[in-house]
Amino acid sequence: MNDVQPVLKAEKLVKHYGSVVALGGADFELYPGEIQAVIGDNGAGKSTLIKALSGAIVPDSGQIYLNGEPVRFRSPIDARNRGIETVYQSLAVAPAMNIVENLFLGREVRRNDILGRVFGMLDKKKMLDDATGYMQDLKFRIQSMKQPVETLSGGQRQGVAVARSAAFASNVVIMDEPTAALGVKESGMVLDLIRKVRDSGLPVILISHNMPHVWELADRIHIQRLGKRAAVIKPDEYSMSDGVAIMTGAMTIEGQEAETDDI
Amino acid sequence: MTAQIRRILTTPTVGPLLALLVACVFFYTQNQRFATGNNLSLIIQQVTVVGTLAIGQTIIILTAGIDLSNGLIMAFSQMLMAKMAVDGTFDPVVAQLGLSESAALIVVPFITITIGMVVAIGAGLLNGLLVTRLNLPPFIVTLGTLNIFFALTRIYTISSATQLPDVLTFFGNTFTIQETRITYGTLMLLALVAITWYLLTQTQIGRHIYAVGDNPEAARLTGIPVKRVLLIAYSYAGFMYGMAALLLIARTRVGDPQAGQNSNLESITAVVLGGTSLFGGRGNIIGTLVGALIIGVLRNGLQLMGVPSIYQVLFTGILVITAVAVDQFSQRAG
Repeated sequence: MNDVQPVLKAEKLVKHYGSVVALGGADFELYPGEIQAVIGDNGAGKSTLIKALSGAIVPDSGQIYLNGEPVRFRSPIDARNRGIETVYQSLAVAPAMNIVENLFLGREVRRNDILGRVFGMLDKKKMLDDATGYMQDLKFRIQSMKQPVETLSGGQRQGVAVARSAAFASNVVIMDEPTAALGVKESGMVLDLIRKVRDSGLPVILISHNMPHVWELADRIHIQRLGKRAAVIKPDEYSMSDGVAIMTGAMTIEGQEAETDDI
Repeated sequence: MTAQIRRILTTPTVGPLLALLVACVFFYTQNQRFATGNNLSLIIQQVTVVGTLAIGQTIIILTAGIDLSNGLIMAFSQMLMAKMAVDGTFDPVVAQLGLSESAALIVVPFITITIGMVVAIGAGLLNGLLVTRLNLPPFIVTLGTLNIFFALTRIYTISSATQLPDVLTFFGNTFTIQETRITYGTLMLLALVAITWYLLTQTQIGRHIYAVGDNPEAARLTGIPVKRVLLIAYSYAGFMYGMAALLLIARTRVGDPQAGQNSNLESITAVVLGGTSLFGGRGNIIGTLVGALIIGVLRNGLQLMGVPSIYQVLFTGILVITAVAVDQFSQRAG
């Protein structure tokens, strides 16, 4: 894979909170077309790493590259403007608003005529058509695009959030514990959608505590330990218990010790 | 089929409209005079002030806030508009510009209206700043500014301003369509409702106001500038309170330092009767107009039946509780 340029790459990210070292020189690479899971014990710097990649925090040092170009995200808006979208664990939808309104929340489209330019009138038809298209791309079945999101199940609501990210991301979709608030059946639906997002050509970063989900879905697994990357493994080469062993430091992989750079 | 009926019944504004219709039919059967053009026009006239205040209140409640200060902002703004127009505050300016007496009677009111409007918008903005910068609950903030503007009105004057220039009372003037007298104030109320309807339903800021009230966290995560949306909402509400001040002067033809003291609760009543949820994010401005009309019809109809006015207050109270109960119930069902 080394001859392919990573879509998103981080080198030696460092972040201190007072005297606590959240990231102690963490590396990360995400390649085109993959679902890369990020796992790690509490305090391993997993969520700090993701926040740095999504612009929610600014690392003290280290460098992030997007398609080989050095970038610096000062806010999630910065990251989003560069085509990186994040799906959060809390169902980030407006329940009383309908599916179309939720898909375009914060990105409403104005009419391209005098009513739109002078009077700010929204192009509801275009938004409805585009939203219908997004949902069809993901084979996401819904009765009506105009039904309020609160009439949907939890899984469908998260599905709307996933569809929103997939629709507007041009580079990366980050899924931060997307199934944490959902039941088994609902989770299955969301996992299915995540696969479809990858198959549509967008690489996905999946943060999850749920090992079975990770092993089911991920193409590669980034294991974070003590503020660094301990290893990157493939789920068909290592078992879940191996993964846990690497997370806790009971096992290391030849040539992938956190101290060495493998690129 | 039943699902469809259910959907129509739970559509916002349908409930309030039905209530308004039932009330109108009832009062018509009690007294034929109720349905005359002039009486219906009078009902709308009587709700122009509270209706305009309720437009601002709707915006605030849609953001999951509440505004207790609106009646007193209106009162202060109204006192500034009226008193400065007649107490000679602008005599030096008039002398400087060398205006004739008749010209001054036009120019000065326009100046005082502008001042009153700016103060009202500023008062709304102040509420918004306190809510967004200090992160205080809107209930507490507006309870504070309620007292501040009550006091400011009294500090400014305790006497009424009378013999106001015509410009100030323009919206109280009438025109006639088929023997029905209609005030320009009525037209202004309808225009303000229409503009607000457009902003809320057809523009980005409107969608953002709903989103902020519905789920502020989701709004923030999708990149909506939540605090800026709130500041715009509170300032817009302030603008409505200024317009309410102008309409109040037009109706009463005086500047009344005692005005507006119960208006906050009346405006909240209109909003709630109109089907807007106190939890934020649900409701619409047409409902608020209907809610204001329900109050107006109830008062007027009971008055025509000769029911003592205290019973009007009693009925309004029962209606409000019913409306809030329906809101709670539909929230739980949804």
